[in-house]
Amino acid sequence: MLNAEKRKTALLLVPIILVLAGYVLYPSIETTIESFQRDGAATLKNYGDFFGSKASSNLEALWNSVYISILSVLFSALIGVPLAFIFNRYDFPGRKFFSGAAIMPIVLPSLVGVMSFMFLYGEAGLVPNAIKDLFNLSKVPFSIGGVSGILLVHAYTMYPYFYMTCSSAINNIDPSLEDAAYNLGSNRWTVFLKVTFPLLTPALVAASLLVFMVSMASFSAPFLLAGGFRVLSLQIYFSKINGNLEMAATQSVILSVVSISFLLFMRWFQNRRDYRMASKGIGAHRSEVSNPFLKWTMVCLGIVAMIILLLPHATLLILSLVPEGTWTWQIYPTTFNLENYILLFKDTSIWDPVRNSLFMAFVASFGCFAFGIITSYALVKRKFIGKNLLDILVMIPWALPATVVGMNLILAFNKPTPFSFGQTLVGTFWILPLAYFVRFIPLVVRSTSAVLEQLDDSIEEAAQNLGAKWFYTFRKIVLPIIMPGVLSGTLLAFVQAVGEFPTSVLLYTLSNRPISIEIMNQLRMFNLGQAAAYGMIQVGLIAIVLFISYKFLGVKSENSM
Amino acid sequence: MSAVNLSNITKKFGDVTAVKELDLKIEEGEFFTFLGPSGCGKTTTLRMIAGFYYPTAGKVKFNDRDMTTVPPEKRNTGMVFQNYALFPHMTVAENVAFGLKVRKLERSKIKEKVKEVLGKVRLEKFIDRQVSQLSGGQQQRVALARALAIEPDILLLDEPLSNLDARLRDEMRTEILRLQRDYGITTIYVTHDQVEALSMSDRIAVFNEGMCQQIGTPTEIYNDPVNDFVAEFIGETNLYNVAYKDNRFHCAALGMEIQVEKPLDERLRNQELKISIRPEAIRVSDEEITGPNALRGKVKIVQFTGAAVHTLIELSKGVQLKVTTLNEGSFTYLQEGVEVVLQLPPEKIRVVPSIRERA
Ligand SMILES: Nc1ncnc2c1ncn2[C@@H]1O[C@H](COP(=O)(O)OP(=O)(O)OP(=O)(O)O)[C@@H](O)[C@H]1O
Ligand SMILES: [Mg+2]
Repeated sequence: MLNAEKRKTALLLVPIILVLAGYVLYPSIETTIESFQRDGAATLKNYGDFFGSKASSNLEALWNSVYISILSVLFSALIGVPLAFIFNRYDFPGRKFFSGAAIMPIVLPSLVGVMSFMFLYGEAGLVPNAIKDLFNLSKVPFSIGGVSGILLVHAYTMYPYFYMTCSSAINNIDPSLEDAAYNLGSNRWTVFLKVTFPLLTPALVAASLLVFMVSMASFSAPFLLAGGFRVLSLQIYFSKINGNLEMAATQSVILSVVSISFLLFMRWFQNRRDYRMASKGIGAHRSEVSNPFLKWTMVCLGIVAMIILLLPHATLLILSLVPEGTWTWQIYPTTFNLENYILLFKDTSIWDPVRNSLFMAFVASFGCFAFGIITSYALVKRKFIGKNLLDILVMIPWALPATVVGMNLILAFNKPTPFSFGQTLVGTFWILPLAYFVRFIPLVVRSTSAVLEQLDDSIEEAAQNLGAKWFYTFRKIVLPIIMPGVLSGTLLAFVQAVGEFPTSVLLYTLSNRPISIEIMNQLRMFNLGQAAAYGMIQVGLIAIVLFISYKFLGVKSENSM
Repeated sequence: MSAVNLSNITKKFGDVTAVKELDLKIEEGEFFTFLGPSGCGKTTTLRMIAGFYYPTAGKVKFNDRDMTTVPPEKRNTGMVFQNYALFPHMTVAENVAFGLKVRKLERSKIKEKVKEVLGKVRLEKFIDRQVSQLSGGQQQRVALARALAIEPDILLLDEPLSNLDARLRDEMRTEILRLQRDYGITTIYVTHDQVEALSMSDRIAVFNEGMCQQIGTPTEIYNDPVNDFVAEFIGETNLYNVAYKDNRFHCAALGMEIQVEKPLDERLRNQELKISIRPEAIRVSDEEITGPNALRGKVKIVQFTGAAVHTLIELSKGVQLKVTTLNEGSFTYLQEGVEVVLQLPPEKIRVVPSIRERA
């Protein structure tokens, strides 16, 4: 018997499944099929080439990706974990300010972050040149590039994952557990090893997996800094540029396999019973640093760390004030004004990318908003067969590297399909909004699911009991209650779409050129000021959104990843 | 107002049978209680009446209308949830007005009605408060007001007082009873608290493991339980296995023949039987008592609870007996360790079939 409840569930599931099948599953399948083709015939040759001696660069790239990712995990942990301990366990002047500033790297979109690192520490960067001048050296003493550059940028942009997950784990440890251990006669070191550290393990593992995945997918840093160094995400881009779609597909499949196994592993890990604290409502207990020498050393270290952390932001701001053509052969820029910003409003060719980005991000995040609400509702509040599978399918775009998402869309929509209403989407305006939409579905679904899980079923039942029909209940009761969570996810999707680089570089056309592509173009023309000004727009947007989410929607910064 | 008629209801979740072959008729205006231990199917039954579950078999009728598969929003029942389920984004007034708005009443009517109902639950002062700013007891009243405002045919309450502290619970009990009498509304009340059930209900249905064991007024259920489960679940009792032979009851545990006033129901003849006697029905004395069913024992534990004194007495072979006496002054308390004489009055002894397997 198909009763009313089941009919409603089915009705909800139809659009969800259509969208996921059309824009997530079908593109992945197209890519897989393409990877098994050569000159129109089915074959395993591509994989033979990938692992064979013929194109050893591929295997090398895979290996490079893996070892860069492992090192990135290591370095991010080395920065993030101690910082989390210092800021959450000790109290000293300025602690609050420092701990707030420690998450500043997250307001830099990846491309912009890499760009400011180049300005700062690159061959022509401000820091190496300043040192050279200061000590009258004949050459710059150091500059970043290749592996060291990628690792530095990764450590800088990814340590917040460790910092934030560890901070919240540390704050969740019931102090009485450690007190109990002291009481039983353990010393500081044993308490840390036997009590604190095991309690932090789940957080550490989660952060490690996350950083590993993010750095496997990393595109902007290798794109700008790699030089001759190969990583897999970049190889996909080169294969595509060279017109070798079959190889690009093969590389995508291999990267997807790695990423999706990580996704499944992470799900398994998080569903395992972990050590949740039984006691509730415990605040962190911080010990005041009383030794004055130690205290002021800490403050000084804090200030130095702050300067290093905020230098990229400052550089970006300063360079955005340097007008075009005023900084050519000099070591330091000399002229500063607001011309780059003014041009945004005067010169339509400079304003266009901003408008494109805002419009496309708006369309995409609106789609995520609507789709996210329906999907989360179905996943959290409805019972149906295959729910787990749907849940995984929804999270796949999050696990897939952006480059792969881009490739999938290219291979799926470079011909007319029913899902694109019989149009060829590649080469049109709409392919990019679609890419952003697919990329950021999981973001909205996750933040919406989090609030929906808090909503007791009885609330909906109460409304029904009072005579309200399902849709009325949904509109008047469910939606208003979950709105903050949905909005914070959507806003985040919006700013990330504005800053998105990897899919943009694969899919943009003249008509929909977004900000990040224009940043790349300006960099190529050595017009650093304008590139920095574009970067500042992105940073400003992100800062505003995080502020709104935090202030008005009550979202903690660690939930925003 | 409606009568509720459940005929032969069964509800299964997978292979778990939550409610089994339940037959029940609740009269108009009655205060009816479902009582039973955790997991016995009370909530499931209530939710089938509200329409959140459809029975696997059987029929739900309100008066003569078949409601078995009518969706919840069309049943006009008012439910009070255990966790109140107040809408957190609305004020007290908006919560109460919700059901009225759904029914498309005029604005002025709604306002009037909200005021009236909030007056009834004594919350006029809080009309514009956000519900999160209310105490537990006040939230409870809002939930009641919200359910009453729609003038439901049936009021359904699922353990509405279990989240409140003892004193507030007492207060709310009186309050709920007062409102029920005021509105004269058919009320179904779910609880696992026997005191609550006995003191509030017109009739009680006692559940165990999905089956309804007994339906009756509080006095019937307490004084004439139909089996050992009911006897033991409601109030304290002393239960002993007996063997029935030649119109006599032989109790091995007490080592004697027990005299019982009421003759045995013919239908129970071939079942395993127990005698049940309430602790307060037993006579205790340190002097000799003559008459039927007299026993000797030694006082083991004396527990003073204020109005009553509970005494645990060990009979000869390690068999124990609970006795409750009224507190009539300190000179009447028994001393631990002394020998006493007991008597089980034949008119107070009930013979019940045993449905629980026990060693
Ligand atoms: N939605 C459901 N799915 C599966 N089993 C259920 C469901 N609801 C209840 N049950 C099972 O049915 C049985 C009766 O549950 P019910 O909630 O009616 O008990 P209850 O008498 O209300 O208990 P309590 O006093 O603990 O609230 C239990 O064994 C329970 O596990
Ligand atoms: Mg229940």
